[in-house]
Amino acid sequence: MNEIEQTRNPTGNSSNPPLEVHDLTVAYDQKPVLWDIDFELPEGSLTAIIGPNGAGKSTLVKAAMGLIPASSGYTLIYGKPLDKQRHRVAYVPQRESVDWNFPISVMDVVLMGRYPHLRLFQRPGRDDRDVALAALKEMGMEPYHKRQISQLSGGQQQRVFLARALAQDASIYLMDEPLAGVDAATEDVIFQKLKELRDGGKTVVVVHHDLQSVPDNFDRAMLLNLRMIACGPVSEIFTDENLQKTYGGRLNILSQMIEESRQQRFVRESES
Amino acid sequence: MITSTAWIIITAILVATSCALVGTFLVLRKMSLMGDAIAHAVLPGIVIAFLLTASRNTFPMLIGAGLFGLLTVWLTEELSKKGRIFHDASMGIVFTTLFAIGVIMISLFAANVDIDQECVLYGEIAYVPWDLWVWRGTNMGPRPVWILGLVLVINVSFITLMYKELKTYSFSPQLAATLGLPVGLIHYGLMGTVSFTTIASFESVGAILVVALLIVPPATAYLLTDRLHRLLLLAVFFGITSAVGGYYMALWINSSIAGAIAVVNGLQFALVFLLAPKYGLLGKKLAGRRIRKSGPEMISHPEPNDVRKSLS
Ligand SMILES: Nc1ncnc2c1ncn2[C@@H]1O[C@H](COP(=O)(O)OP(=O)(O)OP(=O)(O)O)[C@@H](O)[C@H]1O
Ligand SMILES: [Mg+2]
Repeated sequence: MNEIEQTRNPTGNSSNPPLEVHDLTVAYDQKPVLWDIDFELPEGSLTAIIGPNGAGKSTLVKAAMGLIPASSGYTLIYGKPLDKQRHRVAYVPQRESVDWNFPISVMDVVLMGRYPHLRLFQRPGRDDRDVALAALKEMGMEPYHKRQISQLSGGQQQRVFLARALAQDASIYLMDEPLAGVDAATEDVIFQKLKELRDGGKTVVVVHHDLQSVPDNFDRAMLLNLRMIACGPVSEIFTDENLQKTYGGRLNILSQMIEESRQQRFVRESES
Repeated sequence: MITSTAWIIITAILVATSCALVGTFLVLRKMSLMGDAIAHAVLPGIVIAFLLTASRNTFPMLIGAGLFGLLTVWLTEELSKKGRIFHDASMGIVFTTLFAIGVIMISLFAANVDIDQECVLYGEIAYVPWDLWVWRGTNMGPRPVWILGLVLVINVSFITLMYKELKTYSFSPQLAATLGLPVGLIHYGLMGTVSFTTIASFESVGAILVVALLIVPPATAYLLTDRLHRLLLLAVFFGITSAVGGYYMALWINSSIAGAIAVVNGLQFALVFLLAPKYGLLGKKLAGRRIRKSGPEMISHPEPNDVRKSLS
């Protein structure tokens, strides 16, 4: 098994890729919504999952995390089955399924990111608090650390859950629309942070809706619409043809958008 | 020697403390009535244990009841997971069916079964001092006190050892799963402690008071704090004070002790509901008035509007 993995891994180093999903098919109530998804992601990459509403993006992330049953397929984390490796994956869902009125402070939520580093029965210590506080600071939420979490705005809550993922100090980050509902300034900070994670050798996967910002911010993309349309470096697969296949008839608007963003970038670059 | 009054109060305090601890997590998981469901659904277990051992020995009954308690929890989960049924509806289906089976078993074997249904519903804490445990000829004191003491030790150890797991799981089972915490152990551990607490308690205080003690003190405490550890401590405080207060109220008005404890529970809740500084009616009203008087600068906003500033 290990030998096969190695020959499949073109970078030549002996380690397995951080995240591979093979042969994944998912059905809700017998109706398949994801067909035969197969991909591997390299270490130190920042990938956007792209596709229209209902394309199965969230389903893909959840099934890869083993949160919903799959009809077939499996996930490997550094070549090992997911179950023992969960702590190495930080997941931020599209909508948090938490109890907002739970008696818990912002700080406590972020501290939960440290739990995978603790043994059963062990309590978080000084170091864990420092990590959690640093993560809050990065998301600009430190002044709120004592608040009960329902007493925050939607965007602030989103930032708290991103801070929780950061505090987990995982190897792989799966984020389902982390930018939904945050303001432009926060968006910049988050993109900055995602790139920092990538440069630190982490594998980051983000479900993302804003096509215009993909070429500037991501190095890989997965185009998804029930099937995998394309998966690879943005420069290679972000083509009109692939986007047409992913979004169907809405291509015209799209190519316009991309053209516009190209021009904007050109203007910005020539200005500076 | 410990007087019978003291034994009764000790029993009430043990029940109240155990119930407040596990009840807090039930209330937070929005499964408040699980205790009620378990208290009813264990009836077949008790009858079966009684028929098998032909005695009113407590331990077989506790085991029979414990198994049926877990069966209730498991069936409820499976029904709502696999079928198109809401969790609370599924709980209703399971516990009423099991309870009915128990009722039918009693009427079928009525001749052999000496189970006082009044006693199951209302309990009789006043008889606790005379339900003695004699071990190798030595009088060890009331048997329920030993059983309830054991249950309390189990509950306290479970909650202190698994505190962070329980906290995460009650906050969001999905988050607990993605963090790789042992969700099965947490869930069935919690439901197991709820089962044993319910069963051990209702023998002395009755099914209705168990439900009151599981739900009302945590619900009262929830109006007073935003932190889980304080919530647990406050719930225990309300549980214990209602137990002691209820005992003396029962003496004073010459009524059932279990009933009086439940009434004190209700009074505590009503008082806190009205007067709690932040989440009570009065507190909300006062806060509204203060803000209207002083204008928007009253509201403290530690707002770093531009998060980039806090980064540099
Ligand atoms: N719990 C569910 N039960 C049944 N069908 C579901 C369920 N969740 C999602 N679906 C269906 O599966 C398909 C994929 O949903 P998914 O949430 O993965 O889409 P998505 O790509 O994340 O969309 P969005 O951009 O709106 O977040 C949709 O057609 C949806 O209707
Ligand atoms: Mg989605």
